[in-house]
Amino acid sequence: MGTATKVLDCSGLMCPMPVVKTAKAMKEMAIGDTLEMISTDPGSMPDMKAWANQTKHELLEAHENAGKFTFLIKKTH
Amino acid sequence: MANGTNKLALIASRGSLDWAYPPFILATAAAAMGWDVGIFFTFYGLPLLKKDLNAKVSALGNPAMPMKMPFGPQSFQNINWPMPNVLMAGIPGFEDVATSMMKKTFKNKGVASVKELRDMAIDLDVRLIGCQMTMDVFGFKKEDFIDQAEIGGAATFLEFASDANVSLFT
Repeated sequence: MGTATKVLDCSGLMCPMPVVKTAKAMKEMAIGDTLEMISTDPGSMPDMKAWANQTKHELLEAHENAGKFTFLIKKTH
Repeated sequence: MANGTNKLALIASRGSLDWAYPPFILATAAAAMGWDVGIFFTFYGLPLLKKDLNAKVSALGNPAMPMKMPFGPQSFQNINWPMPNVLMAGIPGFEDVATSMMKKTFKNKGVASVKELRDMAIDLDVRLIGCQMTMDVFGFKKEDFIDQAEIGGAATFLEFASDANVSLFT
């Protein structure tokens, strides 16, 4: 990655903070911008998928590496 | 569903530290997904709207509550300490100890405080409705509550909840 418009590190935060902080960060971004969100909460994998489904923003990437979860989200509206 | 937006209507009826979490977690998560959210604070839930937020946890009536030590090696912290209700009922100040241990454990694990979640809910425009009847019964005044709290009765909540997709009693 490394191409995101903005990076948001939610490491160490538990539900619902990664989702809440992602939503807040997205509000301040422009349509077409991408946000890279990093978290350590295992619940953020299913939660970010649900969040993207609900908000209709595009979840471009979601993966885990050694307990770190990384998401790339595109602001669509 | 009002104009294509999902809507969550919650009732917060319990004010202990452990029970303060579910309504605020659900409310902030739903608001983060763009939902309209309202919480009706009634009976013991009403003090969660007080300026001076002071939720405590009691192990009394929570027989399954795992007590965790928030310090020491991980293996020690993972132990569930069985704390019989009868023991806790007899120890003065036990509730304060249990409360501070739970707060510490939550903080260690990265769980936001109830105050932080409430601030987040306000920031996300969650409607916070305090129950007028409970106010009168327990002798609370409007000035006891945060400015963002509106005061209403059952009808106020029901009108809000009437087109909610999800309604929960917590």
